[in-house]
Amino acid sequence: MLNIMEVHETNQMIEQEKLDVRTITMGISLLDCVSDDLATLRTNIYQKITTYAKNLVSTGEAIERDYGIPIVNKRITVTPISLIGASACNDVDDYVKIAQTLDKVAAEVGVNFIGGYSALVSKSMTPTERLLIESLPTALSVTERVCASVNVGSTKTGIDMDAVALMGRMVLEVSKATADTDSSGNSKLVVFCNAPDDNPFMAGGFHGVTEGDAVINVGVSGPGVVRTALEAARGKDFGVLCETIKRTAFKITRVGQLVAQEASKRLGVPFGIIDLSLAPTPAVGDSVGEVLEEIGLEQVGAPGTTAALALLNDQVKKGGIMASSYVGGLSGAFIPVSEDQNMIDAAASGCLTIEKLEAMTCVCSVGLDMIAIPGKTSAATIAGIIADESAIGMINQKTTAVRVIPVIGKDVGDMAEFGGLLGRAPIMPVNQKSCEAFINRGGRIPAPIHSFKN
Amino acid sequence: MNKAIITVVGQDTVGIIARVCTYLSEHKANVLDISQTIIDGFFNMMMIVDYASSDKEFGDIVADLEGLGDEIGVRIRCQREEIFTGMHRV
Repeated sequence: MLNIMEVHETNQMIEQEKLDVRTITMGISLLDCVSDDLATLRTNIYQKITTYAKNLVSTGEAIERDYGIPIVNKRITVTPISLIGASACNDVDDYVKIAQTLDKVAAEVGVNFIGGYSALVSKSMTPTERLLIESLPTALSVTERVCASVNVGSTKTGIDMDAVALMGRMVLEVSKATADTDSSGNSKLVVFCNAPDDNPFMAGGFHGVTEGDAVINVGVSGPGVVRTALEAARGKDFGVLCETIKRTAFKITRVGQLVAQEASKRLGVPFGIIDLSLAPTPAVGDSVGEVLEEIGLEQVGAPGTTAALALLNDQVKKGGIMASSYVGGLSGAFIPVSEDQNMIDAAASGCLTIEKLEAMTCVCSVGLDMIAIPGKTSAATIAGIIADESAIGMINQKTTAVRVIPVIGKDVGDMAEFGGLLGRAPIMPVNQKSCEAFINRGGRIPAPIHSFKN
Repeated sequence: MNKAIITVVGQDTVGIIARVCTYLSEHKANVLDISQTIIDGFFNMMMIVDYASSDKEFGDIVADLEGLGDEIGVRIRCQREEIFTGMHRV
């Protein structure tokens, strides 16, 4: 039978250490909504999502109440819209209308984000995929809850450098279109390499074409719990350190598994995966940076940061894998600068640079995330950053992503304010040398060799 | 059997257990086990109850006990047991 100390430990994690379930995300396939008539397509999308997701938020709230665990976000992902709109959309405005339908339906069912305004162009773009990408500046400025992503490369296909160059330009255009809110449109746009089909986290989540009609995916979190557990391992060797992280990750993930199974049962929708990610928020004590500092760094960005992050990421996975029947999504530690107080401090002090963050993305679950850069940065330089990050993903067979925010009208030394969970970020300096001739070559980088791994 | 864990945390005072038990008996929830201890200077009490035959919805029990805690000046939580067994039992 349970003892009082175990019960106290769980409630301490929830109340003092900010343990929560970060998101219950319902993936919904829109493949059967396809029509060559835009109005019919929009009606079909509206009906399908409202039918499946009408009880998502209330069910999430009931689970929160029954188990006493906060479930911070309830969200929806849909099939990449470039596919769904292909036969009905003739111009950029047609795609924007679909984005508006998604925004409306998200507001009606009460979710704060809906992901899947996406195009998967890892080898090449169709004309309609190009239209969706070109619609991003308008789509992201006229909607509030729509999240977009573009997959520009993969280990199997190489990198579509035409898409990379186009995304460099589009990121800048999105910034200009949302200049009045510190270019926050880019907080809802992720450029991926090796994007997963079942990611429950935003802004990069979409419901892949390999998925079923509907699915429940759950993202767990809990950097505060890991940091508190590590206080007991101060001064101990790496064996003790890793064991502590692993045990904690196991406990956190078990809560996610329970919530996922319960949500799946109550909503009558199959359970997909648990995403084992340490996802920070701007709240004090909910920081991945703080975990890295607890491991032994004076500040994130110091030598040793990449190694500390590598072991953290790996132990989170090792602990979490046994706690869940199905693990997927991104699974690891997120390092979004603007959403993590210790990362914000380290970036503001100059200890954490974009180059160090790039190294960190080689061993963590995502990539250059929520990084504010000067608004005057050129499209070619942004494309260069995307290409670098994609190359890391392609060669290392892992997901990488870029969510950089060129903040119009701001420069190094200024702060960008995005508000809420998206936080605030110091504008970080970007290498000023040009890569224009490299980006302007056009075409595609071939898929890498799969042996001779050195 | 549907088990829930009720926890009371706060300043010890006369009649906490009595009032919680009165509420539970009025609504036909059966107390299976009670334990208490002091953690970090605070009174901690844990009850395991079976609410399968209760005449109230579980959500109402959670809200009522929280309200009772506010009256007494302690924190009372009522949670389904699975979150604890999930985390602490393989």
